Amino acid sequence: MSRMSSTAAVIRRKSVIPGFEITLWTTLFWLSLIVLIPLGSLALKTAELSVAQFLDVVTSRRALHAFELSFGLSFAAACVNLVFGTIVVWALVRYRFPGRRLLDAVVDIPFALPTAVAGIALTSLYAESGWVGSLLAPLGVKVAFTPLGIFVALVFIGLPFVVRTVQPVLEDIDKELEEASASLGASRWTTIRRVLFPGILPALLTGFSLAFARAVGEYGSVIFIAGNLPNVSEIAPLLIVIRLQEFHYADATAIAVVMLLVSFSMLFVVNALQRWSEVRLGRRP
Amino acid sequence: MTVVPMVEAELFEPRRNTDTVVARRLDVREDPTWARLSVIAVTVIFLGVFIVLPLLNVFAQAFAKGAAAYYGALSAPDTLSAIRLTLVVAVISVGANALFGLIAAWAITKFEFRGKNLLVTLIDLPFSVSPVIAGLVFVLLFGLQGYLGPWLSDHNIKIIFALPGIVLATIFVTFPFVVRELIPLMQEQGTEQEEAALSLGASGLRTFIRITLPNVKWALLYGVLLCNARAMGEFGAVSVVSGHIRGQTNTMPLEVEALYNGYQSAAAFAVASLLALLALVTLVTKIIFEAHIAKGRTP
Amino acid sequence: MKISLVGISKRFGNFVALDNVDLEVRSGELLALLGPSGSGKTTLLRIVAGLDWPDAGEVRFDGEDALNRTVGERNVGFVFQHYALFRHMTVFENVAFGLRARPRSYRPGEAEIRRRVGTLLDLVQLNWLADRYPTQLSGGQRQRIALARALAIEPRVLLLDEPFGSLDAKVRKDLRRWLRNLHSEIHVTSIFVTHDQEEALEVADRVVVMERGRIEQAGTPQQVYDHPRTAFVHEFIGESVVVPVLIEDGEVRFDGRSIGIDPQGSPNGAATLFARPFDISIVPTSSENTLTGVVKRVHGIGPARRVEIALGSEGSGTIVEVVALRSQQWRIGDFVGLRPEQYRLFTHAGRGAT
Repeated sequence: MSRMSSTAAVIRRKSVIPGFEITLWTTLFWLSLIVLIPLGSLALKTAELSVAQFLDVVTSRRALHAFELSFGLSFAAACVNLVFGTIVVWALVRYRFPGRRLLDAVVDIPFALPTAVAGIALTSLYAESGWVGSLLAPLGVKVAFTPLGIFVALVFIGLPFVVRTVQPVLEDIDKELEEASASLGASRWTTIRRVLFPGILPALLTGFSLAFARAVGEYGSVIFIAGNLPNVSEIAPLLIVIRLQEFHYADATAIAVVMLLVSFSMLFVVNALQRWSEVRLGRRP
Repeated sequence: MTVVPMVEAELFEPRRNTDTVVARRLDVREDPTWARLSVIAVTVIFLGVFIVLPLLNVFAQAFAKGAAAYYGALSAPDTLSAIRLTLVVAVISVGANALFGLIAAWAITKFEFRGKNLLVTLIDLPFSVSPVIAGLVFVLLFGLQGYLGPWLSDHNIKIIFALPGIVLATIFVTFPFVVRELIPLMQEQGTEQEEAALSLGASGLRTFIRITLPNVKWALLYGVLLCNARAMGEFGAVSVVSGHIRGQTNTMPLEVEALYNGYQSAAAFAVASLLALLALVTLVTKIIFEAHIAKGRTP
Repeated sequence: MKISLVGISKRFGNFVALDNVDLEVRSGELLALLGPSGSGKTTLLRIVAGLDWPDAGEVRFDGEDALNRTVGERNVGFVFQHYALFRHMTVFENVAFGLRARPRSYRPGEAEIRRRVGTLLDLVQLNWLADRYPTQLSGGQRQRIALARALAIEPRVLLLDEPFGSLDAKVRKDLRRWLRNLHSEIHVTSIFVTHDQEEALEVADRVVVMERGRIEQAGTPQQVYDHPRTAFVHEFIGESVVVPVLIEDGEVRFDGRSIGIDPQGSPNGAATLFARPFDISIVPTSSENTLTGVVKRVHGIGPARRVEIALGSEGSGTIVEVVALRSQQWRIGDFVGLRPEQYRLFTHAGRGAT
């Protein structure tokens, strides 16, 4: 019992519920084993490189292009998802029409579908012989095996993030706010623009960030439809894989670190956004 | 108090809607019809083209060479061993993460301690890491040129390019799934019921099994469901640590890739269709579970 | 502005919210719609505002058909129960919203808007909060800002939905007084909805008592209190002593015996006696025919005593509470007579003889 009182008193207030020690230490142990130590090896590997070597790798022409492609297309796809995601969530939440529930479930498909399946499905669809590809070919538009194909795949996997993040917020908006705005003489458009939209803006930005972060790291959905040509249509995750296969562990690690930095910055932004919105909309003092 | 000059400014004449004589008997919160129709149309078209079409394509391509070829592809030995491997990996990963999820959720929701937020953030880490990086870190540790590589090959233990590596990578990427479902529910439920059980003389373990578990069973099942779907469908992380040895270290997603890159497109889609069915079943079950969880919340 | 409501009816599915309601609201008056939940008062208010539409009936503002216009066109100032302030806008921006939302040709210039908002914030004495956000305000302050926002558009009628419902008792009392004063300054026709009879009686020029979609009575607070027209109004407003009686051969009977009061022209049959607790005197029993009972409990301090009496010769009937003078000493077990000095008799139909 003395062991309990020493550690327990230090970490927390006394609780009558048992099992604190064992569950916490087990949790920490498992977390370290599976997540922290492996991620730590990443840090370790990075430390093996000098700053100059690190910069050499990440600013090489091939790496720069891969970054540009990954970040650029992810951003563009997230923007498209922002616009269309808003339209979709508006229809799903505000309107009643036959098939609405079905469409609502459809939004989750990119979440649930394994990435490799999505990858080959999109490729065959947009290839010149595919249903959509064959329609676009006469117009001179090639989608499969080009950056445009990567873009389409990224839109596919990012859509649920925007919709599902905004949906609960839109559902919760107080209907009295709209009535108040209308009673004060505002037109429907003004009400949407000045009262409703600001209410969902934080959620929109959060959804955008999540879609972007997911797109940056995406591999399976993209690897089939991309041309995978270095300096043309090679995404950053693929470059990591190639370097690994060449046993250039350090190079792969350097590229991974850059990607992680971007992901974590996004996470930080998302958290800050959520806290800002909670303060602004009064859910937190 | 000063008298407010309410009559001072010219009286604002309310706008008259000159389009219609009889007022539109709309709910003030309704959008005009043309707007509604366009938004719904755009929604249907966008979702239809970007999401429904690819899904339909999976099944169309799977049966492109007829039903016989479909079943043939599914019963090929490489496919069967891929299915076996996927199931084994899923059972292990989901089991491990479910157990861990319960333990972690207990520690986090039943007690107060400093650093709790940090712990939750760390648990969430795998979500924000690209699957390829998830595979990378295990290669860095256990790969041939990894930190433990030489030691492992001395002792003839294979992790990378073998089952253990695949399992580890899968556990990594599905790490937070169960915990995330349990935490909100357990937080909402608080500690009252457990305290009541303890005051009646039950031991901690008994309390956990008889009181806590039944209360969270739907959230647990839901987390397990999502965890399983991801575990079976994981591609990026497994692709990095597996040796891509058909018949041995290929999970179903990897087998799909192998078949597709080997120009056996219909066979690839056949295996993919199984995974797609898994996704659909997951979605349907998700909807059912969500209804149960909603009922289980305190009103 | 005068408001006329004629034959307003509204149902929600099978539930009748309003049943053929007629009401005239005089220009400049402060009117209370009073009633329990489900009485239809909020529905009626929303119909006047244009947030809901009646199934049948007419709504006229100064003789013009108001149902022809949407809520924005009716120029009403609506104050919501939970304020509905725009959380992402400052207090100033909230109050200015209605002015800024006007189409360009009707919009006053920025300087003019600032001036008007300033005047209104002075009116509600919250100018110092102009740059704060609604979440930084107390409940009472939010309510006053909501009012200022509604007044900014210079409405022809002010509509308030349970304006003080979610506030503490003390804040409620203060705001009641404040609203009353405000109204006497600006004289805008105002209608407010409440379930609190004390509030209605204290604040309003006229009170409209509603129950189950119908207007039971409309009158000044004095009229409604002193001369309730129906049993419901008598019981809902102020305290009532309620005794079931029988009218027979021109006599009022309880427990088989005449209780010696004037039937007030009521027809034979079952009826209910309503009186205020302080309008019933306790008298020693004698050979006179009176309502009788046994004292069960005496409590209360101050100038008046509250005496609980069980009716009937055995003292086993309904218990009524009566107010007696301190000078009168009644003890538990005393067999006493009760003489209503002022009372109403309502027959089964619920309406008393006039």
